[in-house]
Amino acid sequence: MDFTFTDDQRQLRDALRGYLQRNNGFSVRTANARSASGWSESLWRGLADDLGILGLLVPEAAGGVGGNATDMMVVMDELGANLLVEPYLETAVIGASAFGAGHETELAAIARGDLRLAFAWAEAETRFDTLPRDTIALRTTVGWRLDGRKIVATAAPMATHLLVTARIGEEPALFLVEAGAVGVSQQAYPTIDGRRAADVTLDAVALPDHARVARGAEAIERLCDIGAAMLGAEALGVMRVMLDDTIAFTKERRQFGQAIASFQVIQHRMVDMYMQLELATSAVYRAVLSLGASPAERARAVSAMKVTVASACRFIGQNAIQLHGGMGMTDEVAVTHYFRRATVIETEFGSADWHRRRFAALSRAA
Amino acid sequence: MDIAWSADEIAFRDEVRAFLANELTDELRASGAHMTSVYADPRHARAWQAILHEKGWVAPSWPVEHGGTGWSLAQRYIWQRERIAAGAPPVSPMGVQMCGPAIIGHGSAEQKAFFLPRMLSGEHFWCQGYSETGSGSDLASLQCRAEEDGDDLVVTGQKLWSTHAHAANWGFFLVRTATLDRPQKGITFLLIDMTSPGVTVVPTVSPAGENIQNEIFLDAVRVPKANVVGAIGDGWTVAKYLLDFERGGAAYAPGLQIDLDEIEQFASEVRGDDGGRLIDDAAFADAIAQARIDVMALEIFEFRAMSDAGAGRYPAAIPSLMKIRGTELQQRITELRLLAAGRYGLAYQPQAGVSAGPVHFPHGEGDFVGPREAAIAPMRYVSERAASIYAGTNEIQRNIIAKIMGL
Repeated sequence: MDFTFTDDQRQLRDALRGYLQRNNGFSVRTANARSASGWSESLWRGLADDLGILGLLVPEAAGGVGGNATDMMVVMDELGANLLVEPYLETAVIGASAFGAGHETELAAIARGDLRLAFAWAEAETRFDTLPRDTIALRTTVGWRLDGRKIVATAAPMATHLLVTARIGEEPALFLVEAGAVGVSQQAYPTIDGRRAADVTLDAVALPDHARVARGAEAIERLCDIGAAMLGAEALGVMRVMLDDTIAFTKERRQFGQAIASFQVIQHRMVDMYMQLELATSAVYRAVLSLGASPAERARAVSAMKVTVASACRFIGQNAIQLHGGMGMTDEVAVTHYFRRATVIETEFGSADWHRRRFAALSRAA
Repeated sequence: MDIAWSADEIAFRDEVRAFLANELTDELRASGAHMTSVYADPRHARAWQAILHEKGWVAPSWPVEHGGTGWSLAQRYIWQRERIAAGAPPVSPMGVQMCGPAIIGHGSAEQKAFFLPRMLSGEHFWCQGYSETGSGSDLASLQCRAEEDGDDLVVTGQKLWSTHAHAANWGFFLVRTATLDRPQKGITFLLIDMTSPGVTVVPTVSPAGENIQNEIFLDAVRVPKANVVGAIGDGWTVAKYLLDFERGGAAYAPGLQIDLDEIEQFASEVRGDDGGRLIDDAAFADAIAQARIDVMALEIFEFRAMSDAGAGRYPAAIPSLMKIRGTELQQRITELRLLAAGRYGLAYQPQAGVSAGPVHFPHGEGDFVGPREAAIAPMRYVSERAASIYAGTNEIQRNIIAKIMGL
């Protein structure tokens, strides 16, 4: 058993942290998020060319780094601390995990930064269920035809391509769809964490045969579990900043002639925040280290993590706001931006209720 | 003891319902029903106030001689519940509930004659100037200075979190006219014309992207001494009187019950995690039931406080207990709203509701995706985090209660 990071992983973390502080500081990333496009092309290029992390999970043979899940956890944690808005999770985590043999071109494009992906899995009538119901793929003489509607597809407005789940008869599958393909239309909007998303309508979208990149329920569930696990790693960075900022603020903020951090009620609250962060960290480690396990073990670890992380995000987020007092109700302080990201993470890839139920079902089946 | 409403009270409820049904326009109803925060759009609040003014129902808590309704506490409770249920926007509390009582209790005859009618008619729209950068929970440490100069006070300083200062033409302020042995001494309660030279209002943008609160900068603003309420240096007494005035009249349960009604209605129209309707989902139904149970306990707690106040008894811990429990449940219910919204609760679509001020974050106009309830849910969740901070944080309220308990 070993829960320490390697020297390479520590160097990766330090390099990434320094690069993001220099190139994507809080005011820069907020300006990018609020620009017309909602993201920064130059930062995206930097992630590919300067840092090489877009290809972290891409095999070396396809031009990537060939890194493992723990490497990715280190990266996602830092991206969370930086509140990065670009579609890294969708592209470098989900995309790189979706493409297998026969899709080396796409993998290479991910590593080069030429592909930006959105994962369009959610539908209006399926709530948090990961499998498609009302998006239908039909066999055609040359490939596939897709019809349906996806909701709140994060990063879709800035994506070059969409990964769309659809049903072929009863079998779920995953398709790669060009964002600008005929029959694809988007209604775009910001999300509460300042990112962008869209409802995507697919109307007789014609796709070539190789557009089907994965098939079967397990393939889709695996992708969602990988996405959720790495989102959990991102949450750790988000929560760490909220805790650090709250500690710093309460040490500096004086009322009744003393720093408010000297009041026991404030101290105990921050102790509980710290405890929640440590437990969330532990749950994320288990989930990330279980990604290669059997589907049932992986799914249990990920659902357990998602419940623990959702509860930590809520507790740490709400109390970070509370302990900032009136300042916590302004857009001026960074902590409120982290709070909104934490709120999104709570339900992204399924709410705590949904994962608790999934965990119970998996435990009964075991 | 009797838990039921009397026949007179039921007749009053019916009268109120008929009035609301007749007088609320569709626009006003939508404005009250689709608020993205606890604050109404000032334009709608003023339009509704004009209708209430016609009827003489603007200020239920004021004495009749100053334009109050003469209602009992029970009637005021019924009015509040029916108003919210009908979707009427709230009248801005800053004038009628906050400044009005200060003038009624401590103002001069001239101040009463000039300000109270204009407050009732809505000609004057009020804001508050209390908190400062270094003076939040520790309000008495405030530093905004007012120097005497002939018949005027000259005010210089800065105020924070002033709700709707950008829409207000008058403000009530706490300023420091002397530095004495205790911080509570030397504070003066002052009415300031917001159009005076030297007053600058700067928007504060909330985490929900809305400009409802403001910073107020005062740079050598000349204010006639005639605008001091009470005596110069005795403002803390006036401010405390103002806080006590609403004792027994405040109630959270009516609004919370209606919030829960709305959530249940919405949950009966959308799908839950187990494939059926959300309202039939066991985990969700349990969460709603627990909130209902908590609100029921709070409701009787509020009735008891009302009944005590009607008999002239004011147990000291009651307002703080009510504030803590009311705001905790209010926030819990915004969590349930967000949970019900599902994935559409992630979308930022303030245009689906009615904001109480300009929206500063990028957002769409007109059309929105998903149900309106889902679009409003995250706005309410984020903006109502303020409830446990404003009007004395819940930590400060617990300190107050601990003292009252003799701890």
